[in-house]
Amino acid sequence: MVKKILAVLEQREGTLKKSAFEVTSLTAKLASEIGCEAEAVVVGSEINNLNETAKHGVSKLTHLKNDQLQNYSSSAYTEAISNYANQSGADVLILSNTALGKDLAPRIAVKLDAGCLMDCIKLDASNELIATRPIYAGKALMDVKLSTDKKIISIRPNVFKAESSNSREPEISVKEISSPNLSSKVTEFKKAEGKLDVAEADIIVSGGRGIKGPENFHLIEELADALGAAVGASRAVVDAGWRPHREQVGQTGKTVSPTLYVACGISGAIQHLAGMSSSKYIVAINKDKDAPIFNIADYGLAGDLFEVLPVLTEEIKKVK
Amino acid sequence: MKIAVCVSNVPDTATRIKIGSDGKSIDPAGVTFIINPYDEYAIEEALKTKEKFGAGEVVILTLGGDGSKETIRKALAMGADSAVLLKDDNPRDSIGIAKALADEIKTMGAELVFMGKQSVDYDNSIVGQLTSELLGYNCVTVAVTFELNDRQIIAEREIEGGREVVQTSLPAIITCQKGLNEPRYASLKGIMAAKKKTIEEKPAKEVAASTEILKMYLPPPKQAGRILGTDSSAVPELVRLLKEEAKVI
Repeated sequence: MVKKILAVLEQREGTLKKSAFEVTSLTAKLASEIGCEAEAVVVGSEINNLNETAKHGVSKLTHLKNDQLQNYSSSAYTEAISNYANQSGADVLILSNTALGKDLAPRIAVKLDAGCLMDCIKLDASNELIATRPIYAGKALMDVKLSTDKKIISIRPNVFKAESSNSREPEISVKEISSPNLSSKVTEFKKAEGKLDVAEADIIVSGGRGIKGPENFHLIEELADALGAAVGASRAVVDAGWRPHREQVGQTGKTVSPTLYVACGISGAIQHLAGMSSSKYIVAINKDKDAPIFNIADYGLAGDLFEVLPVLTEEIKKVK
Repeated sequence: MKIAVCVSNVPDTATRIKIGSDGKSIDPAGVTFIINPYDEYAIEEALKTKEKFGAGEVVILTLGGDGSKETIRKALAMGADSAVLLKDDNPRDSIGIAKALADEIKTMGAELVFMGKQSVDYDNSIVGQLTSELLGYNCVTVAVTFELNDRQIIAEREIEGGREVVQTSLPAIITCQKGLNEPRYASLKGIMAAKKKTIEEKPAKEVAASTEILKMYLPPPKQAGRILGTDSSAVPELVRLLKEEAKVI
């Protein structure tokens, strides 16, 4: 029987991220289904929006605080959260499957002797806790459960919604972390060019080989700007050195589930489709009407992207 | 210094996955197995590190059955010195893998370990972190740069919207991301030499499973949608559908 679910939240530069509220919303929902306690924990220095967790389902929040812990430190965060999980008697911990969540979840699992399931897209608590997670970059799914007493679960960002709940009075307590273990620490964050990251974006506009050269990628960027979208790329384009790897969508890049995915000049190799076919809506623009991308696209335009994209960008600007 | 590189054997990324008759695994028939793509960056970084210091030994460490030997030979052909195969014919969960790897890394005394940031089968991306925590090693995940000076490590890891510069020290595990380096191709000489290198086989440490797979299945097929047109005259209709039907803009 689950006694307490602990939502492990992520802050960046002193602000709780949107994915943190996806975690609190799910924690609240599961706790009410199971009939167990729920609380949240976050590590950081000053954090400006702690009150918001109460609006997203979990009112009890503990802030593990130290001036040296604004930036991530795998060693210090692991210790702080593991110790807190033990003290609080939590037996299920939920994190978002972000870069931080992926790094942190398994380390806490070892400290707590817990099992660990990553990147879950569905959790069923009706009987035992059963998770559904994509494998082979989404080419298959599996339903899986943990046989350990303590369980760590990370959830894919953008899949579970951050619901607003009836506002409850936040109960925030601050615990100072003395002499954190900084054997591994982040000394600097180097921001990438480009406004949005494909892993976090709600809309993605991706370019493939059909764009013919890096000098034409501005067509993709302009459409992305008009839509407020992140720029993505196919493996062919990244391997050719036209775009940085962080933009690659697919099995050896990022697996994404945005609300809208616009594939431009992408034929749809199986390893690309694996990484994006769980997008809610897919638009494909490709000259070849037989390209596999049209098999999964909701809306297709079997035309020349050099002719279509500038018109599409202008039309989007008009309606936005 | 002994450098270990953990290498796994995975289905080629071009594989169309079919579910096996037990409904809990994939059907291996007709599947080509390859070196996990991210592990190639790990092998390259280990070789570069050894070359930079002009001394040391690069040991490939794999958990799996006899079917992994071909993959191990490829890693040896790239230039690794020797290999250890921890024999286990049954699939394991990440914690089971990490416990076996940690046990052997301790036995061989490797203070620096590279591995791919994830293997492209179960996609958990956690074996490096689990292994490091079991050993009490430091760990940098998703590394796109790596520098070792004396025992100090500076590595950059990819996160949402940029890179974190991480400062840590040996002993450490580094999990490697595409972009860290350009993996070398095996030379003919390397391929010949690999045939003579030893693959030490030993049973993998037994551990209890912490996960139970209930079911494996394919995602529901996505319905093909409509082709709206073949040139920009279809753009207004596309924009209308995105706005009114899909409600995404």
